[in-house]
Amino acid sequence: MAQYLVLIYGDEKAVGDAGPALWQQLHKEHVEFGRTHEKQIAGGNALESTGTATSIRRNEDGSQTVTDGPFAETKEALGGYYLIEAKDLDEAIAIAKDIPTPFGGVEVRPVQVIDMSS
Amino acid sequence: MTTTQASAEVAAAVAEAHRREWAFVLAATVRLTRDLDLAEECAQDAFAQALTSWAADGVPVRPGGWLTTVARRRALDALRHESVARRALPLLVGDDVEPAVDEVLGQHEDEIPDDRLRLVCTCCHPALAREAQVALTLRLICGLTTAEVARAFLVSEPTMAARITRAKKKIASARIPYRVPSAAELPSRVGAVLDVVHLLFTTGHTAPAGTDLVRRDLVERSIDLARMLRGLLPDDADVAGLLALVLLTDSRRATRVGSDGRLLLLEEQDRRQWDSAEIAEGVVLVGEALRRRPPGRFALQAAIAAVHAQSPTWADTDWRRIVTLYDALLEAWPSPVVALNRAVAVGFADGAAAGLAAVEALADEPQLAGYAYAAAARADFLRRLGRLDDARLSYEEALLLTENAAERELLQRRLAELRR
Repeated sequence: MAQYLVLIYGDEKAVGDAGPALWQQLHKEHVEFGRTHEKQIAGGNALESTGTATSIRRNEDGSQTVTDGPFAETKEALGGYYLIEAKDLDEAIAIAKDIPTPFGGVEVRPVQVIDMSS
Repeated sequence: MTTTQASAEVAAAVAEAHRREWAFVLAATVRLTRDLDLAEECAQDAFAQALTSWAADGVPVRPGGWLTTVARRRALDALRHESVARRALPLLVGDDVEPAVDEVLGQHEDEIPDDRLRLVCTCCHPALAREAQVALTLRLICGLTTAEVARAFLVSEPTMAARITRAKKKIASARIPYRVPSAAELPSRVGAVLDVVHLLFTTGHTAPAGTDLVRRDLVERSIDLARMLRGLLPDDADVAGLLALVLLTDSRRATRVGSDGRLLLLEEQDRRQWDSAEIAEGVVLVGEALRRRPPGRFALQAAIAAVHAQSPTWADTDWRRIVTLYDALLEAWPSPVVALNRAVAVGFADGAAAGLAAVEALADEPQLAGYAYAAAARADFLRRLGRLDDARLSYEEALLLTENAAERELLQRRLAELRR
């Protein structure tokens, strides 16, 4: 088994404009997704909007600068994630396709296995 | 027989085996090593050993079986001696238990499983970029060297090496499985493989730049690949369609360029020189591919090629049937380029005015804006309608859009005729 981090990207403005009825529907769909793939979901959360993000960058002199906003400004912002367990990429893709994404899509990233013994 | 003759014969036998058996040998070895690089090394060693062993002992009855057995023994040796920590990438994942060493060593040549479908589905996995799929297919399925793959796509060798390394790393690290896709997935996965083979063929058939119109190496490799897939998936209508398409298109190869290097149009080609064996084989395959409803993209394109291939002269071409086939193709595979080809066929079925109208109806297609064939088709209809000034402008536009030397020569010839 391997772990994949599935990053959920979406248009924040579209999410905001959708309204409570759609948000509720989306919530229900996520609960259902969670139930269907319960055994293979190792974790997951929705994130607050990028308006709440704080970025910290290291400067050339080694000092750090704290700024308001996400690390990269993009139309489709990271809005949540699942950590899933799958035997291979095909299985991970099949699970990721079930994630409700009315405002965008997902990116599937294998979690690196770091061998600390060597 | 002299020694030189004998060694030349052995070298030819090894080269032939390389072309026919490379994918089988590599695929069977990957199953053992679960490591593409190691499997490639072992397969290459087996072919190198064949040169000396076959010279001493004669060419084996089943070269593929001999090579696979040698490559797999090498792999087992390497696996026994290799320390796992040295391994740069994680092992490939599959869906079966690795066979025990004794089992592999005791396996008769006939029992070695054919893993070529796994290998080709891994190379053309949708999680890999198309250019990576193409590079891996040439390198791992056709056994080309990185230098040869680089030459085929007109990029530098370091660029191609980096592309292949990156793709292999993704296969291992993201755990793209070494497995035949499930029955539900198989059609779309085979579709991706067919797209890659078709892309190789068209790249070879009309080299995008340079002086050679046909890159024979790529064309031959893609026909070999289509034949291999046909052998692996004999009931697949799309595979039959693709093999038919490449055979029928290739059947005109000898007549596409004149003795002076000039590009010859279908109209000007000497049909007696078309390859009748390829046509016969292609036509049978078209019939088979068209039986599936609705027929697929490659089957319809092949059916159009078959109409031309079976028409004794240009004047006898059944343009009405070609337009009907293009109508079906537009449904199966809508694209502005197909619509343009349909417009050209309409021009032959219903006259230049109808053709020009059909081409001009596509004027707003952004995909055709930079497409030399669109301008060239418009130019031809204008010329046939006697609107020579407009035709000249369109030929000049087409010239700006193509870099292929043979195509440029044809357009310049047309322009010169208009200036006379």
